[in-house]
Amino acid sequence: MKPIEKIISPVGQRNLLFLTVCIFGIGAVGSNFLQSDKIVPPREYSAEQYQKPEFVDIVKDIDAEFAAHWEKEGLIPAPPADYLTRIRRLSLGLTGAIPSLQQIRVFEEVSPSNNPIQWWLSHLFEDRRTSGYLAERFARSYVGVENGPFVTYRRRRFVGWLGDQFYENRPYDEVVRSLITAEGVWTGNPEVNFITVTIDQNDEGNNPDEVKLAARVTRAFLGVRIDCVQCHDDYLDERWEQKDFHQLASFFSGTDMKISGIRETGKSYEYKYRRKPLKEVPKMVPFLPELLPDNGAPRERLAGWVTHEENRSFARTTVNRIWALMFGRPLVEPVDEIPLEGPYPPGLEILVDDLIKHDFDLQRLIRVIASTRVFGLDSKVSEGYLPLTANHDRHWAAFPISRLRPEQVAGSIVQAASLATIDADSHIIFRMARAIQQGEFVKHYGDIGEDEFHAQVGTISQRLLLMNGKLVYERTKDDLVANAATRILATAQDNSMVVEAAYLSVLTRRPSQAEQNYFIEIFDQKESRSRQEKQEDLYWALINSTEFSWNN
Amino acid sequence: MRPLIDHPESAGSFSRRKLLQAAGLGGLAWLSPLTHILGRAQEIQPKNAKAKSVIILWMAGGPSQLETFDPHPGQKIAGGSEAINTAVKGVRIASGLPQVAEVVDELTIVRSMISQEGDHERAAYNMKTGYRPVPALVHPSIGAVLCHELPAPGVDIPRHISILPDQWPARGGYLGAHFDAFKVYDSFGHAENMSARVKPRRQEKRLEALKVIEDSFSLGRRLDLDNKTTLHNITVKRALAMMNSNKLHAFDVSKASIHTREKFGDTNFGRGCLAAIQLIEAGVGCVEVTLRGWDTHINNHEGHAKLNAILDPAFTALIGELRARDMLDRTVVICAGEFGRTPKINALDGRDHWPKGFSVALAGGGFKSGYVHGATDPEGKNDEPEDPVRVSDIHSTVLHQLGIEYDKEVMTPIGRPMRLSEGNVIKSLLKTV
Repeated sequence: MKPIEKIISPVGQRNLLFLTVCIFGIGAVGSNFLQSDKIVPPREYSAEQYQKPEFVDIVKDIDAEFAAHWEKEGLIPAPPADYLTRIRRLSLGLTGAIPSLQQIRVFEEVSPSNNPIQWWLSHLFEDRRTSGYLAERFARSYVGVENGPFVTYRRRRFVGWLGDQFYENRPYDEVVRSLITAEGVWTGNPEVNFITVTIDQNDEGNNPDEVKLAARVTRAFLGVRIDCVQCHDDYLDERWEQKDFHQLASFFSGTDMKISGIRETGKSYEYKYRRKPLKEVPKMVPFLPELLPDNGAPRERLAGWVTHEENRSFARTTVNRIWALMFGRPLVEPVDEIPLEGPYPPGLEILVDDLIKHDFDLQRLIRVIASTRVFGLDSKVSEGYLPLTANHDRHWAAFPISRLRPEQVAGSIVQAASLATIDADSHIIFRMARAIQQGEFVKHYGDIGEDEFHAQVGTISQRLLLMNGKLVYERTKDDLVANAATRILATAQDNSMVVEAAYLSVLTRRPSQAEQNYFIEIFDQKESRSRQEKQEDLYWALINSTEFSWNN
Repeated sequence: MRPLIDHPESAGSFSRRKLLQAAGLGGLAWLSPLTHILGRAQEIQPKNAKAKSVIILWMAGGPSQLETFDPHPGQKIAGGSEAINTAVKGVRIASGLPQVAEVVDELTIVRSMISQEGDHERAAYNMKTGYRPVPALVHPSIGAVLCHELPAPGVDIPRHISILPDQWPARGGYLGAHFDAFKVYDSFGHAENMSARVKPRRQEKRLEALKVIEDSFSLGRRLDLDNKTTLHNITVKRALAMMNSNKLHAFDVSKASIHTREKFGDTNFGRGCLAAIQLIEAGVGCVEVTLRGWDTHINNHEGHAKLNAILDPAFTALIGELRARDMLDRTVVICAGEFGRTPKINALDGRDHWPKGFSVALAGGGFKSGYVHGATDPEGKNDEPEDPVRVSDIHSTVLHQLGIEYDKEVMTPIGRPMRLSEGNVIKSLLKTV
């Protein structure tokens, strides 16, 4: 029998390939059109849960603390923002992209009038993008952004595992204990990558670095930057001594690489302090030593201490990070440095108590914050109010305006260009296209790495990328399959609907009266631009606005 | 000590007329608003400055001193690497850089660089800023300090540029993100995204629409939001000015003569070096050109042979061309990576990270010609080189040559005063006149 390649000529092979591509293409187009009704209300949602005193009272307590704070500062807070503004904030903070037009429609038609925000959160928590995005953001503080040691580290597996924990809403203290005590092989037990990322490729034993591990644990889980005293006592901050850091690092001294992966070998840790001989360093914690369990393997003891209910630094750091994700700015700055003693900003200690009481339930924490008055404030005031000042920002009397991260901008451009939600259920071709375009865009826009919540301004490169770059061009040009701009034109009944749909798709709001008038007139006018061109130009302007690149 | 100056560009309002002018619709009039605003800052040319600009050839990954500027032929640590004579009697460099050997009489070679950073990211930060990484604060890179301290109004393209950057391009740090290096990814040095996707008439409509949306956004929001927080409209304006700049050609090396281009080598890095010269000529303050791949944990010699073949013509042509255009004395050239590589060759024929005695080559801007500073142990046993130079010392010395008070304190956003550089000027690297 002839081999197959002899039967089909080269030309035939090419045709076959072409045909395959066509079939896939048609599939993709079809799925794009079909998915328009796919979105469903959350599977599990009980409105009563968020009307019970044990939920409502916490929110009230937080609101009262902020109200008192504003009064003391002599500030009148901004009025409440509308629901669309709030769901945009939540989608950006928790999924890394704005809501799709389709999601907005469902929200407006289906969500209950009472407490629609909690309904929206249920919807987001059931979306795999939420856990995946949260995992990526948390992973930055755990393992950084780089790919790390080639052989012994798998970042994607690690983030995937973390995403699963968040999806299942596993108690956060348990997750952290798994990380600190992880053992085995980095491929089979993805949490082990938290340990193996610190392996120094120059180290002959291929062992994890106890110094880096100690620094990560204190910063990411306790909000303590004790690693500053690694080399000498801190003359600026007298709280910590050099030995505090090395005694903590000592808990990781026996964490070594064996044939079966990461294991505890019981090896001791030696360090040479300045002008002192090399000496074994005992395993001690820098504060609250009474909470350190007496027995167990070193890392189990350390994990027990870190996540101990009375070690409030752990809950405080967790609250501060979630707050930062939701507001674009942490309650205490910088996000990984929180004083051990108060006074603390309003709300923090109440949220800490609630988190501990509810077994480190992150979803509950997000729900409580989302229900507070401070999260719901507008970033602008209406007529009759005194103008907003920098003081309002400082004291949370208005929602802070913060620059979106590169992946949020990219995710939002791609989402704005699509009517349907691009999520885990979208067709593979759309998801792939999104991943590639976003990756390319983020590289050029400039990833800001680990320092997550620093105040940033936009740069010229970023502006040029948004004004003239490929992603925005391709996502707004005439393309009935891929782009919302074209599809809206094809389906909207009149010009006011065209304008409204564009605003909702890109800015998650309806146009103001002035905007509505201006753009409807543009669409009504006869001029050299075609309708399609006018629509592209509207999209271009919306995407290039401050409002699009800044969470508000 | 003094507070950071308010950025002059952030002054001025955003009106439609200005925008349209900036968009190039009023003939040359578009230049006026920006130059007017920029004109408030005087160009600063310190009297005692030897140099006015800097080119950094960034050897990402950490090149081996033994296979570049500090060979120890015949020693065990050389692992067979050889050395060649140079234009300066008694000075030998690695055999992989035969063309550079011919211009060693223009170079200052420091063979005794030391730092305490052995991790790529931390060490790159250290080399680019002169400071070790600390929490809470990001220090500015040398190019950002230059642009901040020596403003040059009238230059409407970014004055701090990174060509083919790796993952850690030079940053503005606490001076602000608008001092970040402008990144160019195109191998021919074309700046990307420089032309509007639509014709001028439509661009005008787009900008008009943008104005409507911005007006609506600013209603009820903080009055100083744009000037103090987002700088959005300022940035739009600067981007439009850049798109219309008559200096954009400086990014493009395709117009240079074939003869000139050939000297730099037919490589991305070589073209980047030529673009760097054109940009400096056009008024840019600092250009960083990256050549990556020096992280040779495996097969060190093979990896270095490949990269040396790229570096050799490019570096040589850069020196030659700067000299020919009479720019070398006013331009500091620095060829450096984040650290060196271990004297010991590992089991995979590679060399690992080594911050205790590595090399940096400098040229121009008042640095000595044909001078070698410091020495490392030929047997690789002693890890304290002779006449050690700290990374911060190089920073102080370069800033000093630019006429910048390197020990001046500026107030950082976290309220902590910080010296521009904490090192000392190494006088022995500099020409006496």
